[in-house]
Amino acid sequence: MDHPIKRDHGRFRKIVKGKIRENLRKYVSHGSQIIPKGGDKFTVPMPTIDIPRFKFGDKSQGGVGQGQGSPGDPVDGQQDPNGKPGQGEAGEGEGNKELDVELTLDELARILGEELELPNIEPKGKKSLQSVVDRYTNIGTTGPDSLRHLRRTYKQALKRQIATDSYDPENPAVIPIRRDFRYRSADTKVEMQNAAVVIYMMDVSGSMGDEQKEIVRTESFWINLWLKSQYKDIEIRYIIHDATAKEVDEHTFFRTRESGGTLISSAYNLCKEIIEKDYNPNEWNIYPFHFSDGDNWSADDTKICLELLDKVILPVSNVFCYGQVESRYGSGQFYKDLTAKYGSDADKLILSKIKNKEGILDSIKEFLGKGV
Amino acid sequence: MNRSKPISGELLTLKNEIEGYAVEYGLDFFPQVFEVCDYDTINILAAQGGFPSRYPHWKFGMDYDQLSKGYTYGLQKIYEMVINTNPCYAYLLQANNWVDQKIVMAHVYGHNDFFKNNAWFSNTNRKMMDVMANHGTKIRRYMDRYGADPVESFIDKVLSLENLLDIQELFETTSLKRHRKEQIDQQKVESEDDGYLFDDRSEALKSFMRNKDRKDRKNELKKEEDYVAEKALSVKTRDVLGYLIQYAPIEEWQADIIGILREEAYYFLPQRLTKIMNEGWASYWHSTIMTQRALDASEIIDFADKHAGVMYMSKQNINPYKIGIELMRDIEYRWNRGMFGKEYNECTDMQEKLRWDTKLGKGREKIFEVRKSHNDISFIDEFLTPDFCERQQLFTYKYNPRNGRFEIDTKDFKAIKQKLLSGLTNFGQPIIEVENGNYMNRKELLLNHVHYGVDLDVNFANETLRNLYAIWRRPVNLKTRYEDKEVVFHFDGKEFKPHS
Repeated sequence: MDHPIKRDHGRFRKIVKGKIRENLRKYVSHGSQIIPKGGDKFTVPMPTIDIPRFKFGDKSQGGVGQGQGSPGDPVDGQQDPNGKPGQGEAGEGEGNKELDVELTLDELARILGEELELPNIEPKGKKSLQSVVDRYTNIGTTGPDSLRHLRRTYKQALKRQIATDSYDPENPAVIPIRRDFRYRSADTKVEMQNAAVVIYMMDVSGSMGDEQKEIVRTESFWINLWLKSQYKDIEIRYIIHDATAKEVDEHTFFRTRESGGTLISSAYNLCKEIIEKDYNPNEWNIYPFHFSDGDNWSADDTKICLELLDKVILPVSNVFCYGQVESRYGSGQFYKDLTAKYGSDADKLILSKIKNKEGILDSIKEFLGKGV
Repeated sequence: MNRSKPISGELLTLKNEIEGYAVEYGLDFFPQVFEVCDYDTINILAAQGGFPSRYPHWKFGMDYDQLSKGYTYGLQKIYEMVINTNPCYAYLLQANNWVDQKIVMAHVYGHNDFFKNNAWFSNTNRKMMDVMANHGTKIRRYMDRYGADPVESFIDKVLSLENLLDIQELFETTSLKRHRKEQIDQQKVESEDDGYLFDDRSEALKSFMRNKDRKDRKNELKKEEDYVAEKALSVKTRDVLGYLIQYAPIEEWQADIIGILREEAYYFLPQRLTKIMNEGWASYWHSTIMTQRALDASEIIDFADKHAGVMYMSKQNINPYKIGIELMRDIEYRWNRGMFGKEYNECTDMQEKLRWDTKLGKGREKIFEVRKSHNDISFIDEFLTPDFCERQQLFTYKYNPRNGRFEIDTKDFKAIKQKLLSGLTNFGQPIIEVENGNYMNRKELLLNHVHYGVDLDVNFANETLRNLYAIWRRPVNLKTRYEDKEVVFHFDGKEFKPHS
């Protein structure tokens, strides 16, 4: 049974997310969202709820400090690396609101998963992709010192000493010599993997501004992060389109700004070709993402798009995600067309509107929250 | 649910060893119980103020959230928790290494001795573990009955006022006398009772019921006539929670909840009043016991490392462990050499002062006496010296509006002392007192902020008034000074109005 504090914890998380006790929302400070701070540094959000109290205004107060320095020196340089020592009485609860920590991408993905309560993905299809992994399951007689297996080494030494009758139970010293040394060694194994491919399609027509692209970029960073944590082998393909579509590399995908009209079908066609050429849906988990501001050139083209989705793309994909970024020029018509055809709760189609940067996390949750 | 277990084996042997040293040095403590637990459990305990069972509330979840994140990312780690109970419970982290366990144990005996002997703790309830657990049961029961949300949101409102305490209440004699008398009475009753209907109402509720004599009118709102006359008496008090229990038009369960939170707040108050002394005393003893007795030669580096970590100095605030232990040692040194009193103070020869030694040898005795009768304010007020400030590199800092940074202001002794003391006044909280319960003759509540030079945070003050209004149910007012002007903040349930 869980400790009752888990209930308090769950309740706190719900309040922070605004699911219950709405009237407390104004006291919630979220800390920041998980933000890459350059290098391996990330800020982990520490949401807090400040219960209002009569308290002193901050600025005028100042205080007493300890250390070297003369009058006029600033005291608010970097934080103490040690942080607070552990011992403590009842917390006064006015702690710092965020943590700067070094994280690996795996850890970051885990935090993202926890923050957004993302379910683990249930991969479809067979484990059909072979990958070779080394696992340290064997013992060998040669190897680097860092892999020396002490227990086995001493066991070997003990065996040898008993065998050669140089072991003295009165003075049970066991001294390994060179040939007793044992090392961990790797066995090569073939493991079957689930493989996944993500195909990003982005509308780069004139109506998509820098701000919109920035949103797409940030969102695809997080989506990649999550999918990478779920699949060992993942391939990512990028398509940009205005009236025509072409496949590009990652760099181009995020930098290009074209102008001109929009034919979404061009992208879907290319997507279809890529899938047919490289990814057998029986072996691959396929995730097409399409970001646009919702403007399509003509209703006819939209018809072609829907047909492509229906006939080809949807049947082979795990899920097709369409994210519509709000822009000043876009009409947002395509979202409406998709909703009209599939409803807002379709099985394999996830629609999401991204209003602004703050909407990114919500949108990621919409895309990945189903765990398919 | 046993998440922690009593120590055994080596740790028990170690405990007996350390306890032996503590006795040898003359520490006087409650029976000491150590339990070991894993990091998750110690995070839970820390989030709950050291107690294994508390009332349900999201704030414990919030503290737990932060502690666990801090631990997971390797930024902070709790080595030890100790609580003021008899027997005194302390928790050790299972993963501590051997020398850590030694330090923690030695440190805990210091705290234990302090809890038992310091005057400010003399009236704390040493059975608080049971009391807290009962509070939890009661509040859960209220939640079952009135719904989790209404009860929780009422608790939120009370927590908003939780810091409005009257330090005098710790020694307040009338209620204590009554308390003692009641205990005797209750023992009589209990002997007749079948033990089933035992009285688990909070102290505050009992006095509430006594005053109201409302035996058969459970959960009825007070009739208005009841309290008009009383409020006209215009009681003045800093015990705002106590005042609300008596005079606010609240239901019985609400009064009980205020009583519960008030009781817990007063329980923790002595610890807030003696943070520097308490940590200083415990650190003094872990350092003394370790370096003179318990430490093995091979552990010196580890010990020094840990000890230094605890004693870090910060430019932004003072570390109570550091200031506390240094001040304790300074007092010991001065009383060993007789460096106090008229003769010493009036000596003008610095060399002579430095060499001063009357071989008085009363250092240890003096610090034992200090730990008994002082709190942080009197401790700093009486024993902080200019020499000490200089040696410890203390300074004051203030905000520089020109570059938006905090900068070192001065190293002047008087300024430092004044700043330290003002930060400790009323345990660092603004002094708020009930001035009038029938303000303007309209049953409005008037609070007065006793202004000592620092303004209140206006946004927080307004939001607090909003919560107070929800309890008082009539307009509430706060008299204070803001930017050098007398102001009365007013909240009538709809809008905030400051009027001068």
